[in-house]
Amino acid sequence: MVRVMRARDAAPVVFDLGRQSVRELNQFLHGDLKGVAAVRVENPDGAHSIAVAVDAPVRIEIGGHTGYYAAGMNQRATVIIEGNAGPGVAENMMSGTVDVAGFASGGAGASAHGGLLVIRGDAGLRCGISLKGGDIVVGGDVGSFSAFMAQAGHLVVCGNAGEGLGDSLYEAVLYVRGDIRSLGADAEVQPMTADDVATLTQLLGAAGLKHAAREFKRVGSARKLYHWNADANQEY
Amino acid sequence: MATDPHIEAPAIPEALQREESSLYNRHVLDYIQHAAATGLYEIRGLGAKRRLPHFDDLVFLGASLSRYPLEGYREKCTTRTVLGTRFARKPIELDIPITIAGMSFGALSANVKEALGRAAASLGTSTTTGDGGMTQEERRSSKTLIYQCLPSRYGFNPDDLRKADAIEVVIGQGAKPGGGGMLLGQKINPRVAKMRTLPEGVDQRSASRHPDWTGPDDLTIKIKELREATDWEKPIYVKIGATRVFHDVKLCVHAGADVIVVDGMQGGTAATQLAFIEHVGIPTLAAVRQAVLALEELNVKEQVQLIVSGGIRTGADVAKALALGADAVAIGQGVLMALGCNSESYVQDGKHLSAVADYRKLRTAPGYCHHCHTGRCPVGVTTQDPVLEKRLEPEVGAQRVRNYLKTLNMELTMIARACGKQNVHHLEREDLAALTIEAAAMSGVPLAGTSWIPGMGSDPKQV
Repeated sequence: MVRVMRARDAAPVVFDLGRQSVRELNQFLHGDLKGVAAVRVENPDGAHSIAVAVDAPVRIEIGGHTGYYAAGMNQRATVIIEGNAGPGVAENMMSGTVDVAGFASGGAGASAHGGLLVIRGDAGLRCGISLKGGDIVVGGDVGSFSAFMAQAGHLVVCGNAGEGLGDSLYEAVLYVRGDIRSLGADAEVQPMTADDVATLTQLLGAAGLKHAAREFKRVGSARKLYHWNADANQEY
Repeated sequence: MATDPHIEAPAIPEALQREESSLYNRHVLDYIQHAAATGLYEIRGLGAKRRLPHFDDLVFLGASLSRYPLEGYREKCTTRTVLGTRFARKPIELDIPITIAGMSFGALSANVKEALGRAAASLGTSTTTGDGGMTQEERRSSKTLIYQCLPSRYGFNPDDLRKADAIEVVIGQGAKPGGGGMLLGQKINPRVAKMRTLPEGVDQRSASRHPDWTGPDDLTIKIKELREATDWEKPIYVKIGATRVFHDVKLCVHAGADVIVVDGMQGGTAATQLAFIEHVGIPTLAAVRQAVLALEELNVKEQVQLIVSGGIRTGADVAKALALGADAVAIGQGVLMALGCNSESYVQDGKHLSAVADYRKLRTAPGYCHHCHTGRCPVGVTTQDPVLEKRLEPEVGAQRVRNYLKTLNMELTMIARACGKQNVHHLEREDLAALTIEAAAMSGVPLAGTSWIPGMGSDPKQV
């Protein structure tokens, strides 16, 4: 039994996870959302799997902290997390926008194929791991092993990056404004091109951040590990 | 004492002159010379080639006076198999307990995936995607399609997730427990590259760990996410490569799996390091026993189903796996061989054409080929080459796989009837005897003619 109020105006449908279950919320979000402009989730209290696999152009505001996999596999929805996000926020996102006001834990945006993930605080380990075309903008720092095996898409880091950034990178491109503790195997700092400046400016603009593109350096794949090679030693 | 110069010393006998070392035999010499010449380890396809304790080392005790057999042609023996009854709203219902194992589009051609789907659909069983996402060909052709969620997440997306009939979270596979997938550049053609978001022609190495979770507690949460994403409709399988099976199966149960797939070390692969294939993991025979012990100890044998794979070739193998406690089996290599893998010829427009010259180009011959990793499959099974892939016509392939699986199913029911069972799932450990001490110890089945199970009485928790 879904206890929701559908207002005639644009007032959001409210779910209170203090009284209602994540199951009820997700079932509602997977249904026909015609006429629903926004959904507000109160008292998330770190619950897991909030708003996963949504496929609708709806706005979802989460009034607090989320557990694992908030907005996982998102398609088209705009998900606003007003607190911090647990591991795997927006994992495997396909499209839409996920915006985290606070910090994000490990594996943020893991294997995202599309869409935009904005983290206004810091992100933990393995941010953008296995990225497959999504864009991630982090206002603060990212932890170690971020963008590990990232295949496509962009990771923008406005703060510093931890160890092993971009290890075994494929064609994803990383932009870092601060310091990089160390680069992973096959990742290298490369010159910024005019295309990079345009892409980065667009991403910073989409995230509402005011940094200038010229403050960033570009990290891409040296493509030395694309083929088996004995002289690569144990870099694989 | 001085040697008499007039007497010739006897020649050293031929056999001593050419004594082969068992430690450094020609096989090992070749390995060392190849490593020295290239600085690279060998990568190949298919599974373990060395002799291992296996289902061949077990026999059935057909009914005679103490048990009552069923009449082969008149009395029914059901093979219906239901998987995923624990939490899913829509369990998988199959007509036979023989499923087709996960094999990727990329490793296999689109034609092969279509052939497998057609064959499985007509026999009422399932096929499984692989490390490359779901192709439209296989979704269209396969009535029951299991969608894998792998560490690489290549091609993984919620649309295909919703189209699937069940989800299989892959932790590992028998050919390489602890290792990630591998697909060499020759097979990364434009379509494969696009599906995997990879540059064309790269030697692709997949991750061996999932990107968004680590460890069994996280897996519990990941499984819940997949259930939420699919509204608790679809069964969730967890697949493990056989190593510490007793503990891993218990962790899978605690993590909330509906179905557990245990893949023994004889399980196949499209491309893996040789050292992995032959030296990592335990035989399927040992794995089944450990998995069943774990399910029995947790008292979930009736709720959580067990699928066993890794070297299932015959109806007798299927029957033995079921008797040891599996609910179903999954077959990969056997199905590829049914399609023509290692056959001398391929069928084109109804005619058999020789593939021997193409085996020779790979410096191998029918019967010995394991060159799936090269993408130059002479019979068009494990290839992405536009010319070679046409050698497998989907309808011909589908018919061959149908014939093969039907044969296995008939053998299975024949054995079950002979053991007095009206349902293949009633086959039990007591119907078996072991031919070797190793098989007896691994499978927990007494050595034939005795009641001896080596190691019996030792603590199963020590396994």
